[in-house]
Formats: sequence, structure tokens, C-alpha cells
Amino acid sequence: MNLAIKDINKRSLIKLTLILAAAILSLVSLSIGAEEIIWSEAFTEGTFSRTLLFKSRIPRTISLLISGFGMSIIGLIFQQISRNKFVSPTTAGSVSGAQLGIAISLVFFSKVSTLQMMLFGFVSSLAVTGIFMYILRRLKFKEVVYVPLLGLMLGSVISSITSFLAYKYNFLQVLYGWFYGSFSLAISGRYELLYLIIPTLFVSFFYAKAFTIAGLGENFSTNLGLNYRIVVNIGLVLISAVSGAIVIVVGNIPFLGLVVPNIVSLYGGDNLEKNISIVGLTGMIFILCCDLICRRIIYPYELPIALVVGVIGCGLFLMLIFRKEAGSYET
Amino acid sequence: MIKINELEKKYGRKKVIDKISLEIPKGKITSIIGPNGAGKSTLLGMISRTIERNGGSVLIDEVDVKDWENNELAKHLGILKQSDSVNVRITIEDLVGFGRYPYSEGRLTEEDRKIIDRSIGYMDLESIRLAYLDELSGGQRQRAYIASILAQDTEYILLDEPLNNLDMKYASEFLKILRQLVDDLKKTIVIVIHDINFAACYSDFIVLLKEGKLAKMGTVREIMDARVLEDIYDMPFNVLEVDGKLICAYY
Repeated sequence: MNLAIKDINKRSLIKLTLILAAAILSLVSLSIGAEEIIWSEAFTEGTFSRTLLFKSRIPRTISLLISGFGMSIIGLIFQQISRNKFVSPTTAGSVSGAQLGIAISLVFFSKVSTLQMMLFGFVSSLAVTGIFMYILRRLKFKEVVYVPLLGLMLGSVISSITSFLAYKYNFLQVLYGWFYGSFSLAISGRYELLYLIIPTLFVSFFYAKAFTIAGLGENFSTNLGLNYRIVVNIGLVLISAVSGAIVIVVGNIPFLGLVVPNIVSLYGGDNLEKNISIVGLTGMIFILCCDLICRRIIYPYELPIALVVGVIGCGLFLMLIFRKEAGSYET
Repeated sequence: MIKINELEKKYGRKKVIDKISLEIPKGKITSIIGPNGAGKSTLLGMISRTIERNGGSVLIDEVDVKDWENNELAKHLGILKQSDSVNVRITIEDLVGFGRYPYSEGRLTEEDRKIIDRSIGYMDLESIRLAYLDELSGGQRQRAYIASILAQDTEYILLDEPLNNLDMKYASEFLKILRQLVDDLKKTIVIVIHDINFAACYSDFIVLLKEGKLAKMGTVREIMDARVLEDIYDMPFNVLEVDGKLICAYY
């Protein structure tokens, strides 16, 4: 019993530290940029600093916080329901699906609204994620590394359809933005779509225990009276909705949904009920750091965040694989 | 009571379970034994609604498993199957806690915690209760899963080869715990088991399956007969009586 209480205290302390770190990084993120914000003027009507802060910096920081949190949480849920540590929205085609949906919406409507794009992105992402899960169910040999490989294959097939559409209908330029994630366009009037993610996060928290149980398998879930299919489907909807919204506003952020949950899992385990918020907060911090690097490295210009996240994430990902390999020899 | 009537299961055209009818009595341990491929686990799976059936019915307390409310059935019947969740990083304590899910989906109550502690104690896991499943040996993991089924505290407990990965000490201790559950708490236990001698020593009834059909069901004495067993397993048996228990010798 004492052990359990100690465990809870430790977790609260970790969460508090992470929140504090995220808050400090957010402040740094607010104050850094090509133009200096004069804080004494920032809250006076009509000044440049004020416009900068409210039209650009605050939307950008909020976008970072929401996407970091959302992307890592859906990665965590995806890994749980697919029962594979290397599955994430990027490695299973959900993001490619969202991109295809957006491309289709551009073909269909001459003047497309963000909400229409979101809807198309969501539906198409859901379809691709569903196909992935279907193949996964059918697959006899669920070798740990084959599963994401399969997802990547599916993803590239979908992406080539998207590229084809873009060539044919001449919107390759626009498409580029959705392939390489960047927060430079997350400004007032464009980023608000991300608020749609917040309710889905609440749903994730609500189903945290169910997702964990589903991660232990269909038999285990059925035995406990949990409807496995429904829980998996709720997970897929969440994954697709969040992927869709983030792809539209920010673009693809590779590895985030893969690396963050895995790192947390190494130290904190796979019980979503206990660590879903830790994963989300770690994701926020990770992406805030990456974004700061993007904005400083070729200052006053900036790199797309996908680049930095890709490089750092790739390194961490390799580390994870090596750790896994080492682990598998032990048993 | 579990009433099975004309139960059928086909995979493609192959009948894995072929019109089996039997009744499993309450408050007893019933073992299901038979050669490989006899359909033991499939039968258990269909009783527990984890495998779809193709025909017939399974009544639990007079209600068909299909008509039971999912969550309600989870409070009456628990099944432990062969598990493949090896690389999940969940602590033993959490896993056992999931056994209480049918009762308190959200937060665990004080009562739940007591039951969880007792189940962990039963399976001798107290010292490693905060260890992750992927760090355990096969036997420890098996005991953790068994503890979670015990925490589920159901009247019917179905176990699919629970002795796998357990050494002799834990296997016999575990069967003694099952015996206690039946004798003291009036639970009904159905167990698929390979070791015929364990089945003979600890169960009340034995169901013998062969090639998807019910070969014979009876008390231990009725089944532990060299002629009956030789017929099923196609090999010579020698049944001995040791300390009042029937033991088979086979090599």
C-alpha cells in the first residue's frame, strides 16, 4: 500500500515538473522571433508588439502545445490498440490518409473551407487507418518490425496518389506545406481548427483504462466485459481526427507520436491511466524545444519543424530499436 | 450450471467441435482433457464467448452466453486463455487491478483494493507487485494473469492450460488454491489441462474429448481406466493407485 502511495506521489511530482518546464518553454517561445516584442507595449491597444503577440506568437505557441500533446497521445493510443510499439500515425498511414483527403477536397471544391478540408482529411485518414488495422488483423506473422513497415508501404502508396492528384490539378506547391510540417503559418485565423482537438483529448482520457485493457488483447478485454471492437474503433476515430486537424494547420510532424510514447513507456510503463498526461506533456516539451531550434538555427529565417523533429526523432528511434534488440536477447 | 447443447464449430469445412452436449455441474472442478487437436480450447472459448460458435447453445445459469449483458457476464464468468501479451509494460498490481474492471470501471474502491491484495498474496507475488510484465519470467507472468482472474471474483472460472510455464511447486500449489476456491467458496471451475495426473488428483469430473467429439464424461474413477484412456490416446496406459489417488503411468 505504501509503495502505491509513493508511486502516486512520484507521478504527481513528475507531472508538476513537466508542466513547469512546458510553461517556461512557452514563455521562451512567445518572446523569440524575427522581431522583438517589447513587453511593456504588448498590452497596449494598437502597438506592433501587441499585434505580433496576439496574431502570431500566442497562436503559434498554443498550436505547438496542442499538437505536441495531441500527436503524442494518439501515438500512444495507436501503439496500444495495434499492440505494436513502432506504430504511429506517421508509420501507419493515418497522416498520408489525411493528406489524401485534403488533396481530394481541393479537387472537389474550387473554394474550399478549412472545415471542409478537415472533414475530408478526417474521413480519408479514418479509411486508411481502418485499412491498416484490417490488414493487421489478417496478418499471420505479426513480427514487431514488419507491422510498421507495412504501414509505411501503405502510407507511400497513398502519398503517391496524393502527389498524382497534385500534379494533375496543379496544386503541388500547396501540398508541400502539408507534407513538411511547420508552425510558421500557425497564425490567428488559421490555427483555430486545432481547438477541435481538445474535446478528443478529453475522450482519450476518459477511455484511457479501456485502451490499456484493449492493449492486452481481445480475449482479455472480452473476459472483462469490455467491447474490444468498439474501443478500438473509438481509438481509430480519435487518431484520425487529431491527425487530420494537425496536418491541415501544421503539416506532418514525423516521429513525434512514435518517440515520445516509447520513451515514457520505458520509464513509466504502458498503463495509459497513469501516464497519458505524462506522455502528452513530454510531447509538448519535445515539440517546443524542436520549434525553438528551428527558429534559432538560421535566424532570422526558420526551418520547417518536420526537419528538426525528423533528425532528433530518428536518432531517438534508432536508440529505441537498439535498446529493444538488446532487451530481446536477455529473455 | 453450464449447459452445452449440440455445440458446433467449423473452421472452413473442418468441424473442430462436432455437436457436443454436456452439463458442467456447479461447485466442482471439471477438467477437459484429450489429445492435441481434440478441440479442448475451442470448447472453452465458446463457453466463454471469446470464440464464435457455428451452432448449438451454451447456457450459463439457464441464460445463453449470447443473451448475457457483456459486463454482467464478466462478473459471473472469467476466462484465462493462453496469453501472448509478453511485451506489455504494465505492473502486476495494475494487471490484477484490471480484474476488478467489471465492478468498478473507473476508480478502484477500498473493497476492490482488498480483493486485489488478497489475489496478489494468493499467487505469492507480493514482493514483485510493482514489476512490469515484460520483466517477469514465464511462470511469474502466468501467476500474475491467474491473480487477475482471481481478482475478477467470478462464480465460474475457466482456465485454458493454466499450468503452462509453472514448475511443479507452483502447479500443485495453484491446483490446491483451485480446490480451496471450490470447496470453501463454492466456485465452479473448468480447466483445460494436458497433464492427466494433475487432472485426476484435483478434479471432480473429467471430460474426455477426441477429434471434436465428446468421448466420455464422468467422475475421475470412471475416466481413469486404462481401457478408456488407451482408446482415446492410442497408447498403452497403466493406472496405479497411490495414496488413494489414481495415477497413470505412460512413457
